[in-house]
Amino acid sequence: MDDLYREVIIEHYKNPGYRGHLDPHDILFEDNNPLCGDHIEITLQVGDNGVVKDARFDGHGCAISQASADLLVESIIGKPLEDVKQLNKDHILEMLGIDLGPVRLKCALLSLKVLKAGVYGLGEASDDLVD
Amino acid sequence: MTLNSNDIRKDFPILQRETASGARVVYLDSTATSQKPLAVIEAMNDYYRHSNANIHRGVHTLAEEATAMYEGAREKIAKFINAPSARQVIYTRNTTESINLVAYSWARANLKAGDLVILTEMEHHSNLVPWHMLQAERGIELDFIPVAESGLLDLDAYKTLLSRRPKLISFTHMSNVLGTINPAAEIIRLAHEAGALTLVDAAQSVPHLKVDVQALDADFLAFSAHKMCGPTGIGALYGKTELLEKMPPFLGGGDMIKEVKLRSFRPNTLPHKFEAGTPAIAEAVGFGAAVDYLNSIGMDNIAAHEHEITEYALERLEEVPGVKVFGPTAQHKGGVAAFTLEGVHPHDVAQILDKDGIAVRAGHHCAQPLHEKFGIPATSRASFYLYNTKDEVDMLISGIYKVKEMFG
Repeated sequence: MDDLYREVIIEHYKNPGYRGHLDPHDILFEDNNPLCGDHIEITLQVGDNGVVKDARFDGHGCAISQASADLLVESIIGKPLEDVKQLNKDHILEMLGIDLGPVRLKCALLSLKVLKAGVYGLGEASDDLVD
Repeated sequence: MTLNSNDIRKDFPILQRETASGARVVYLDSTATSQKPLAVIEAMNDYYRHSNANIHRGVHTLAEEATAMYEGAREKIAKFINAPSARQVIYTRNTTESINLVAYSWARANLKAGDLVILTEMEHHSNLVPWHMLQAERGIELDFIPVAESGLLDLDAYKTLLSRRPKLISFTHMSNVLGTINPAAEIIRLAHEAGALTLVDAAQSVPHLKVDVQALDADFLAFSAHKMCGPTGIGALYGKTELLEKMPPFLGGGDMIKEVKLRSFRPNTLPHKFEAGTPAIAEAVGFGAAVDYLNSIGMDNIAAHEHEITEYALERLEEVPGVKVFGPTAQHKGGVAAFTLEGVHPHDVAQILDKDGIAVRAGHHCAQPLHEKFGIPATSRASFYLYNTKDEVDMLISGIYKVKEMFG
């Protein structure tokens, strides 16, 4: 549990580096975690070469969901969208450096779900995106 | 204190266990589901060991015993809520199914496009969604009794709504978030004066207060066993006989029929008309045992004990800087304290409390519109029952201080 609230998580929750909203943006997607009402919006600016130029997240929720979003956004800047499409839950768990039970996993993966739904241009974010 | 929680705790095997970290279980989540006393666990066990058979129409010993136990439990439950007859108590899976039964059977037979159903802003999703579904299907109209900042219903606004000639008022007796105990008898009296029927969501009240359906004059009243020391998978719908008799069946199948031809059927009499298929027999037996257990303690004693704990909890929570408790003062409130802690998400609060064995719930508690009304996505909720003690409130408070330190 003390692991669950590792310094990196508390730090990214309290002082996120990438909280905000890009305007203009090329991609915008948002979604809720219906179980707890966590909310994440992600905006991306994408270069002509298909590389993520800049990214921000906004929203509210628990430390796990918000820290994950901050870490995720940080990790994709400068990456081709094609690489972003390949990201899965291991990417998030590696960055968080913790194991999570099924309930908190949903908090941790919300930002990835939102990001991938946006990148794929889907109407709705599905759990399949982050398996 | 009118009852001794330390003695009562001995009746609940689960309260003797420890969590993985070696902490004692401090169970403050009875609003979600209560723990079960040994008497209930053993009644169900005993049923399976000695009397298991399918009920009704069996003539052998086991079938007769099982039927007697299943129907005997119904008698106990009926008496517990002072129903005039056990035939007015229909077994369902839970409160949600009881409300759906009314929405599917009574409402679909009696409501047409434009008819108004009044709910409140503090409803659980189980008393919102069935009506949303009916609105989409039938074009009924919905309106809502507002919740004031105090956590109480605005009864003046209710009286105004009644002038629009609603057909049904469906409302919670006690909020699962705010803890507000609504003035059910008055709400029902006013509804009847306006010519409307009433459905009471009593999921949170029947376990904690003496509820008398005749004194309330409720038309329908729904509750679940699992919140009142009984098992999951069984609940009840009480209804007035003349209403239940006119209602079409809800689910079709075995046991709900009097006679079946290849192309037609005649429904059974009450309460069987609404109980298709093999029911949850062991659970019904457990439900009856839960009623016996609560009666042995006394509902007045339980209510008084919870009131004392709740008063103490509110007092202690309000001492903590950054804590905001939602809902009315203890005077109008059952054993529920939903709160936020400034700067920390309720999930994080719950997770850190869990380290010390303290079980609270975090989220919107199936009352998302109510949370929206108060402008918050979620709360942490501690709730209290007959087995909770002031010590446990103290442990909750120390736990919250730990959370503050971690996020400080």
